[in-house]
Amino acid sequence: MHSIAHIAPTMAAPPKQSTVLDARAFDRTLRRMADEIVELNNGIEGLVIVGIQRRGVQLAAQIVSTIAEREKADVAQGALDITLYRDDLQTVGPRPLVGQTRIPVDIDGMNVVIVDDVLYTGRTIRAALDELADFGRPRRIALAVLIDRGGRELPIQPDIVGKTITLDPSQRVDVLVEEVDGRNAAIIAEREPST
Amino acid sequence: MTLSLGKDLLGLEPLSGEQIQLILDTAEPFKEISERAIKKVPTLRGATIVNLFFEASTRTRISFEFAEKRLSADTVNVAASGSSVTKGETLVDTARNLEAMRIDMVVIRHGASGAAQFLAERIESNVINAGDGTHEHPTQGLLDMLTLRDHFKRLEGIKVCIVGDVLHSRVARSNIWGLKKMGAEVGVCGPRSLLPSAINELGVSVFNRVEEAIEWADALNILRLQLERMTAGYIPSLREYNRVFGVSRERLDRAKRDILILHPGPMNRGVEIDSDVADGPFSVILNQVTNGVAIRMAVLYLLSGGKPELAESAKHAGGER
Repeated sequence: MHSIAHIAPTMAAPPKQSTVLDARAFDRTLRRMADEIVELNNGIEGLVIVGIQRRGVQLAAQIVSTIAEREKADVAQGALDITLYRDDLQTVGPRPLVGQTRIPVDIDGMNVVIVDDVLYTGRTIRAALDELADFGRPRRIALAVLIDRGGRELPIQPDIVGKTITLDPSQRVDVLVEEVDGRNAAIIAEREPST
Repeated sequence: MTLSLGKDLLGLEPLSGEQIQLILDTAEPFKEISERAIKKVPTLRGATIVNLFFEASTRTRISFEFAEKRLSADTVNVAASGSSVTKGETLVDTARNLEAMRIDMVVIRHGASGAAQFLAERIESNVINAGDGTHEHPTQGLLDMLTLRDHFKRLEGIKVCIVGDVLHSRVARSNIWGLKKMGAEVGVCGPRSLLPSAINELGVSVFNRVEEAIEWADALNILRLQLERMTAGYIPSLREYNRVFGVSRERLDRAKRDILILHPGPMNRGVEIDSDVADGPFSVILNQVTNGVAIRMAVLYLLSGGKPELAESAKHAGGER
């Protein structure tokens, strides 16, 4: 879950920003990812696309609509909120808001593709794998992310990547999506100095 | 920044509208967990919760226990009959013993009003009030509000009338506090002998006839008439009560519109509610039971973050993971 509060104009020294993906590149990248998902799956048979709350859900929806356009068929789509499976819940204090989880089909024997905006430590994906296991036993689970920024803390790798960049921990990448933020983009910002 | 409930849930009177909203909104995603093949999330793994019930309860205790187990907490049920010991001493002793066993949360049901707060002030664990005397039953109030919101899609402006023994009802109090904070209009209806004398100070409409309440309300929350009220002289007889205040299909039909029917249970069919109303198309009584588990999961989840020493680290939570 990403906040864009860090780029609020009220900050004394606005952090440096640079665009990784503008709206057109964003759209092109998602279309390619949609194609790669179908290719990886050898078609759309048994395919379920599951977006991770929050912005992974919108990316999944865009991927599903691209697949529908190309393949002239609908693909099952779900949403996963991993908050209740986080490994740091005991230490974060006031509970984070929990979003909706919707897995509309039986995932036993299906090919599930998890879609998320940014892959960083891998802990979100670890939680997502645990949560999916409570819904059933898919034949295969693949991972598609718009941005892989490196910095893994767990042995987790993506199958499909929109763009790979290397950032150090003082930087952050924010993915903005039309439905939530009013535009599609991926931007790099310096983190606010930790206090 | 991030809203929290603090350490305990003792009632709805001390909560703000925003805090009630937070609980109701948090309960929404928890509904889905009970529909899964594996009805369990690991959120409260390692937490120990004691259900301390000094008063008989089936529904509330089971509902809390399901909520705790579906969050992966370890639970212990203590059913203490408070008959032979003085309440104050029992509670203090019980509290000290529980703390010595390193528990994390206590859910308490007690016959004395204020028992939950008494306990909360003396132990570090989170305390959840599951009904204290005639004071409050906050999770029941919350699950009633969630059920109303499911149907009306809002709470603001809806008219809810509580029918029956308002005087002795903690459910009524929690509903009145909660609904008013959420902008609903609240009415009460019952025999004069079973309405608190200062009822007007609570800012509710008072109806002496159930026909008037039905005319006014969008929803009726029909309270259980405790049978011992008759022997205590509050009402002449159960049949008389049913004749004057019983909610029947015939009375509802006269309203010429759909009125949602709630009841916290257990029901006395043929006394405060007729069977064809309880089982009728506008009854959401079983939805209340289903929502009860989600509400209690939400409360347990939110309170588990209420340890003050963690508030500092919370400032750095969120963002990329």
